[in-house]
Amino acid sequence: MRENKHQVPETVERFLDSTLDSVDSAEEIAVGVAQRAGFDDDNLTRIGMAVRESMVNAVVHGNRYNAHKKIRFSVGHNSHQFTVRISDEGEGFDFESLPDPLAPENIMRTSGRGIFLIRSFMDEFQMRHLDMGGTEVTLIKYLVSK
Amino acid sequence: MSIKLNTRQVGDVSVVDVAGRITLGEGSSALRDTMRDMVGKGQKKILLNLGEVSYIDSSGIGELVSGFTTVTNSGGQLKLLNLNKRVKDLLQITKLYTVFDVHEDEAAAIRSF
Repeated sequence: MRENKHQVPETVERFLDSTLDSVDSAEEIAVGVAQRAGFDDDNLTRIGMAVRESMVNAVVHGNRYNAHKKIRFSVGHNSHQFTVRISDEGEGFDFESLPDPLAPENIMRTSGRGIFLIRSFMDEFQMRHLDMGGTEVTLIKYLVSK
Repeated sequence: MSIKLNTRQVGDVSVVDVAGRITLGEGSSALRDTMRDMVGKGQKKILLNLGEVSYIDSSGIGELVSGFTTVTNSGGQLKLLNLNKRVKDLLQITKLYTVFDVHEDEAAAIRSF
């Protein structure tokens, strides 16, 4: 990826419905911001997939498609990094209890790969429980090699 | 439509040409339904041609795994054809690439059953 020295810092924030359409919207918005930040095609693909997986988790596992629950989505970049934050209004989950999808006993499971893929595609991935309830995830990709 | 599926027969092998997006929702559901339908009809040799798949997420990967398990448990074989770089990379990083029998040539894939 080339150094981002000239792109204007940008931030986009949305409150999205708990639907699969919102997954598509968030991915499209994030890839657009990432493209303007200067990422190449391979990294745009990785960012798009990571955002999609995070949004699916928020819609399906967090808010459980509840029409009364929203997803807070923000994406932006400065000269150093591209950051996505996604928070849901769900009940939260035990971060430590996530099974390893690469463990032999889990390889043939039909689900459980989302967070693993997010970690594979992004430089940093953070999860935290929100004081008001719900989960917030932060996805970071560096713009300049550290 | 996010996914398009076309099934054709080459000898006793059922080839499913998949085009579009295999993602949570319409795409993954359509693939799941097609494979279950084929197994239900007793088809034992299934080749998924993924050459026109533009996008796959973890749900799509899950459907490939589910299909493999369902077909195998019914005494059949499920193989993959024409993986593009994106799908291949995903299967490799999830350590599923060696689970599937993957081919780049349809004739060779048909002969391998």
